[in-house]
Amino acid sequence: MATPALSVTRRQVLRGLLATSAFGLTVKLGGCGDSPIADDGTDTLTAGFVYVGPRDDYGYNQAHAQGRDGLADVPNLSAFDEANVPETQAVQETMRSMIDLDGASVIFATSFGYFEPHVLSLAEEFPDVQFFHCGGLYEEGVHPDNVGSYFGYIDEAQYIAGIVAAHTSETKRLGFIGAIPIPQVLRNINSFTLGARSVDPSVTTQVIFTGDWAAPVREAEAANSMIDQGVDVLTCHVDSPRVVIETAERRGVFSSGYHASQAELAPNGYLTGAEWDWTSVYRNYITWLQEGKTLMNGGIPHLVRGGLGDGFVKLSDYGSAVSDTAKQEAEDAKAGLLSGDLVIYAGEIQDNRGNTVVAQNEALGQTAIELEQMDWLIEGVSGSVS
Amino acid sequence: MTDSLRRSLANLYIPLGSLLAALIIFGGFCALAGANPFGVYHSIYRAAFGSWSSFQNTLTQASPLMLSSLCTALPARLGLVIIGNEGAIVMGGLAAVVSGLALSDWGAASPVVQIGMALAAMGLGGLWIALVGALRHYRAVNETISSLLLNYIAIALLNHLINGPLKDPSSLNNPATYPIPAVHMLGNLPGSRVHYGLIFGLVACGIAYFLIQRTTFGFAARTTGGNLRAAKIAGLPVGQLTLIICFLGGACAGLAGMVEVAAIHGRANAALNAGYGYSGVLVAFIARQNPIAATVVALLLGGILASGGILQRAHSLPDATVLVFQGIVFLSVLYGDSLQGRLSGLMQRFRRQPVPPPAPIGPLV
Repeated sequence: MATPALSVTRRQVLRGLLATSAFGLTVKLGGCGDSPIADDGTDTLTAGFVYVGPRDDYGYNQAHAQGRDGLADVPNLSAFDEANVPETQAVQETMRSMIDLDGASVIFATSFGYFEPHVLSLAEEFPDVQFFHCGGLYEEGVHPDNVGSYFGYIDEAQYIAGIVAAHTSETKRLGFIGAIPIPQVLRNINSFTLGARSVDPSVTTQVIFTGDWAAPVREAEAANSMIDQGVDVLTCHVDSPRVVIETAERRGVFSSGYHASQAELAPNGYLTGAEWDWTSVYRNYITWLQEGKTLMNGGIPHLVRGGLGDGFVKLSDYGSAVSDTAKQEAEDAKAGLLSGDLVIYAGEIQDNRGNTVVAQNEALGQTAIELEQMDWLIEGVSGSVS
Repeated sequence: MTDSLRRSLANLYIPLGSLLAALIIFGGFCALAGANPFGVYHSIYRAAFGSWSSFQNTLTQASPLMLSSLCTALPARLGLVIIGNEGAIVMGGLAAVVSGLALSDWGAASPVVQIGMALAAMGLGGLWIALVGALRHYRAVNETISSLLLNYIAIALLNHLINGPLKDPSSLNNPATYPIPAVHMLGNLPGSRVHYGLIFGLVACGIAYFLIQRTTFGFAARTTGGNLRAAKIAGLPVGQLTLIICFLGGACAGLAGMVEVAAIHGRANAALNAGYGYSGVLVAFIARQNPIAATVVALLLGGILASGGILQRAHSLPDATVLVFQGIVFLSVLYGDSLQGRLSGLMQRFRRQPVPPPAPIGPLV
C-alpha cells in the first residue's frame, strides 16, 4: 500500500499523543510549580487592572490606563495591568493568573462585557479577592459579596461640551457618532443636545450609529458624510474617538472629545471633551482598601457612582477656538451641576417623535433609574434608536 | 532515501524550520523592544506549559481553535481556501442559543437540549460554509472572498439579532440574547477548569483525519483537490464532494460557536466574534491542513495566547506583542510553505553548480 501523500503515520500520531499526555501528567503530578507570590507579611496591596483594548487608543482604555498610571506614587501599592484582553474565557484566565501568579488581592475589570459570566464566576471561585467592575450593575443578594461596581455620570460633561459646541457652531448643526443605541450612549447624545439647545434652541444634532464599539472605517465614513451635510462640530461615543477627531480636524471642522483627551490630535478644532477621571476614582478605592475596608466587611459600597462633583468625570481644557462667552456659560453650567441647582433632565422634555418623556414638573436626578433605561432621543436629534 | 520518506521529512522539517526562524525573528523584536529574548521565551514556556494551572490556560485557549481550524483544513483538501470560520462560529452560536432556548422552553432534559444545540449549531454552521462551496462550484465565485464576506454578514446578523429580535431587555448596556438556563450548560472536564469543547475538538480532528486519509470518500476528496479535471473525468461527483466537505468544515466551526455559548457565555453576545475564526485559519495553515497536526498547533498557539499576559506584566512588552509573535509565525510558515517540494531541488542546485557571477548590466548611475 502506498503511503498517503501527507504522511503522518499512525505510529507518529500515537507517539505524539503519548508525549502530550505524558507531558500533561508530569506537569499535573509534578507539584513543583511556581508557588504564588502570596502575602509576604508586608501590607503591600496588589491590584491588577484588565483592559479590553490597547492602552493608547486615545479612548476608553487609555482613560483607564491613565487612571492606573495615576496611582504610581501611592505607597505600598503594586498596580499592574494587562491590555487587549478579549471578553472571552481569556479574561478569566488573565484574572486567575493575576491572582495566582502575581498575588493580586484586588482586580479592576474595566470592560462592560467582563461582568457576566467572567467576573461573577471568578468571584465565586476566589471569595477573598475583591473584584471591581466598571459599569456592571451589582445586585444585592444576587451577585457575590466580593463584587463591586463603579461608573460615572459622564453625560454631565457631555452637557457642558454641548454648550461649548453650540456657541462655536456656525451652521448650528452638530454631529454625534455613536457605537450602538444602548442607554449609556443615548444618554450622552441627549445630554450633549440638551446642553447645546440650552444655548440656542435651533441647534440640531445628527446621530449615526456605527453598530460596533470599534469600527474605524464606518466612523470615518459617518464623520465625512456628516461634514458633507454641513455639520461643523463632531463628537462621538465609540471606544476610540481617534478617527472621528482626526477626520474632523482634516476636514477643518470642530470636534469635541470623549473618554480621554484627544486635544493633541486636533490642535485647531478641538473644543473640549467629556473625560473620565479614573485616577481619582482608583485613588479613592485604594485609600479605602489600605484603611482595611473591604466589600465583604461593608466598608466599601458595592455600587459607587459619581459625576463632576465626585471627581468621576472632567472636561478637557478648552481649545483655542472656544470664545470667552462660551467658556463663561460652560463654567456657569458646571457650577450649577456641582451645586445641584441645574438638573439636566428637567421637564418638560419631548423625544424626537413627539412623545413626552419627562413630564412638566418632573426633574430626573442623575441617580434616576429611568435614565439608566433610556430608549429615546430628544427633540432636536435626528436619528433613530432602532 | 525513498521519495515518500523524504516528503514526510519535508512535511516535518519545513514547519519546524519556519517556527524556529519565527522564534529567532521574534527574539530580535524582543531585543529591540528592550526585553531579554531568552527571558521572554522562558516566561512564554512558564505561562503556557510550566504548571498544571497554566497548562489548563493553554488547553482552554486551544480548544476553540481546533474546531475552528477544521473549517479551513477540510475544504483545503479539495483545494479550496476558506476563511469563513468566524462567520460559521457566529452562526453556530446563534443557532445554539435559539435551539437551546426553544428546547428548554419546551421542557426538554439537559442532554436533549445540549444535543439539540450542538446539532443546530453544526447544521447552520455547515450550511453557511456549504453556501460558499455551492457558490464556488455552481457559480465559480472565489471561495476565499465569498467566505470572508460572509463573515461580515454573519457578524452583522449577530449584531442585528442581539440588538433586536433576540435581545434580552435586561441586558441594557451589553446587548445579548436571553440566557440558556444554567442547568443546561456544558460542564468542565473532571478535575479541571477546561470545558468539554476540548474533547469535541480532539474527537473532531481525529474523525476528520480518519475521514480524509482512510476512507474512499476522503480519497475522492483528495483526488479532486489534486486535479479537478482528472477527478471529473474519473466520474467523481465533484459538486457533491464540495458541498459535503464544506458542510463538514462549517459544522465544526459551528460546534465551536455552540461550545462558546453552552460552556462559557450562556448566551450569544458580541463576544462570539472574538477572533477564534481567524486564529483557526492560522492553525490550519501552520498544520499544513492536517487535522492531527492541527491539534498540536492549536496547543502551541493556545500557549502563545496564554502567555500574552505575562509578556505584558513581567516584561513590560506592549500588548500587541502576542499579535506580532502570531504574525511572524504565520508569515514565516507561509513562506516556508512556498519552499515545499523545492527545498531539496534548491539544495542540490547549490551543491552541484556554483552560481556564476552576474554579467555586468550596464553603467551604474
